[in-house]
Amino acid sequence: MEKFIKLKSIPAHIPLMNIDTDMIIPKQFLKTIKRTGLGKSLFYEMRYDESGKLISEFILNNDPYSKSKILLAGKNFGCGSSREHAPWALLDFGIRCVISPSFADIFYNNCFNNGILPIIIDEKLIQELSEYSKRKEEIEVNLTEQMILYGNKKLTFDIEPAKKKRLLEGLDNIGLSLKKIPNIEKFENSMNKTKPWI
Amino acid sequence: MPKTLYDKIWDDHLVHEDSDGTALLYVDRHLVHEVTSPQAFEGLRIQGRQVRKPKLTLAVPDHNVPTTDRSKGISDKQSKIQVDTLRNNCKEFGINLFDVNDKRQGIVHIIGPEQGFTQPGTVIVCGDSHTATHGAFGSLAFGIGTSEVEHVLATQTLIQKKSKNFRVNINGRLPAGVTSKDVILKIIGTIGTAGGTGYVIEFAGEVIRNLSVEQRMTICNMTIEAGARAGLIAPDDKTIEYFKDRPMSPKGENWIKAIAHWKKLFSDSDAKFDKEINIDAKDIEPLVTWGTSPQDVSPITGEVPDPEKEKDKDRRTAMYRSLEYMGLKPKMKISDIKVDKIFIGSCTNGRIEDLRLAAKLLKGKKIASDVSAMVVPGSGLVKKQAEEEGIDKVFKNAGFEWREPGCSMCLGMNEDQLSSKERCASTSNRNFEGRQGRGGRTHLVSPGMAVAAAIKGYLADVREIN
Repeated sequence: MEKFIKLKSIPAHIPLMNIDTDMIIPKQFLKTIKRTGLGKSLFYEMRYDESGKLISEFILNNDPYSKSKILLAGKNFGCGSSREHAPWALLDFGIRCVISPSFADIFYNNCFNNGILPIIIDEKLIQELSEYSKRKEEIEVNLTEQMILYGNKKLTFDIEPAKKKRLLEGLDNIGLSLKKIPNIEKFENSMNKTKPWI
Repeated sequence: MPKTLYDKIWDDHLVHEDSDGTALLYVDRHLVHEVTSPQAFEGLRIQGRQVRKPKLTLAVPDHNVPTTDRSKGISDKQSKIQVDTLRNNCKEFGINLFDVNDKRQGIVHIIGPEQGFTQPGTVIVCGDSHTATHGAFGSLAFGIGTSEVEHVLATQTLIQKKSKNFRVNINGRLPAGVTSKDVILKIIGTIGTAGGTGYVIEFAGEVIRNLSVEQRMTICNMTIEAGARAGLIAPDDKTIEYFKDRPMSPKGENWIKAIAHWKKLFSDSDAKFDKEINIDAKDIEPLVTWGTSPQDVSPITGEVPDPEKEKDKDRRTAMYRSLEYMGLKPKMKISDIKVDKIFIGSCTNGRIEDLRLAAKLLKGKKIASDVSAMVVPGSGLVKKQAEEEGIDKVFKNAGFEWREPGCSMCLGMNEDQLSSKERCASTSNRNFEGRQGRGGRTHLVSPGMAVAAAIKGYLADVREIN
């Protein structure tokens, strides 16, 4: 997994609440057996009309937003299904940081398994940052400092230390958990005695 | 210290806990389907890792299998690749698979309990958000991403942070025509689609106790639509009775031991909940959704809301967007909304009791002439049972199509989709934009309400059908 340390980009703002995983990546693209190649289908129904042509009003279809690495969105981003295709599509498009007042639980966890940083900040601050999107000015996200720098201002955000470490170091969760095999074996041995039907 | 049901199951599965509360949780049961697993198996292969406990995983293709005759295989190329890939992966890693033409094949959340693979007090995960369904049996069950599927396959554990405790009490008795689908829609309408974020919700109260286990499954199934990690209902005698003699249920001495364990699975009377709400059953009517979020609910006797009356600006914007997508005007009567399609099925409402209830209302009647309707049983065994009871004939005589089991039009990954602007009364769980097909308009309803809509050709009140 690619490390996440800091990132500079003109943010793209999609001012909608409850952006669900069906909007992020519709079902017809879930038939893949790969993790890559989903970027062109990100937000498919908002990005393309029924004949497959780009819809010019949609923000990600326009420069410089077509190269945005940071997405600003309304609350409850990523609600709906558990499909990891949603973060895969964002990542494949080039988005490595999503900033929203709140996230759906499964989507939030999926981000950390893909080197994407989801940041939770107040709605008012999203509005402030959206001005930078409008003016096509870069903002900077610094994970080490837990800070977003914009203009001559800065704001701080919260993140669980373990999740922060994972992103900063690009750690492989499975590798880490496999080091705990003795604990797992001990648990299984005890379970075999107390709950033999499992 | 007094514990909630969630606390008890959590503590019982804790393999390791870091000082910051990051826990390694043991997974007793893992369900796998064709859509969210190929990349996980591929990950194992790339790293040269094995499946730690193949017997604790059960696999079934359900999301994109056709529901028409499939004896000649799957014609959609990509769907076929996914289903073939699942078969090959199961073979390579030694995992039990109910393949497409196995009579036990069906929606993953229906076959788990049906086989007794699901059990009270266990931790159950699956790469599917509706894994919450299994919470109806007092198991801690939740959806995970594909990276986590890979983690479970390799380690039989999951890295988790504990959620907070939330209890929803449904008190009193349900009025006539109101089902568990209406109960969960009412809850989502009350707390909102993010109302449960950060929590595990335990459902309790007289209404829950009086529901059958299958009806309870409908409630836990849609807990995810309220944003919660999982939904839970304490097991009781009905739960124990349900699991008796299921193919994968504990047998003999183990059955006795298991029951003793299951009987301890309840929240202590003085357990502390971080949040608690009460809903009176008499305030619940047969409900429908009018918008593109499961929280957009209205009684069937009501009208489409007016966004101008909404104070929150973002919510108002979302309402306008929903109404435009849905092709509805503020203040129009819900019962004046004309439907084109009816879908009965899904992990929310595709079980035998759902089909029985629908067939009872439908018997001897015909669907409206300009409506098309389909029933997709939740599993091969549900289908078989229904056919033995003559339920298929009731549906077919009324004008419904009777299909093969799968997820079908709930998410439209196979051919079963809505066309643009087509309007559907659906017993499924999500009314998101494009969910059932690009431009398709979904109204979530109970099976009884789906039958009422099929007969009248409009969203209709089940209480007026007799």
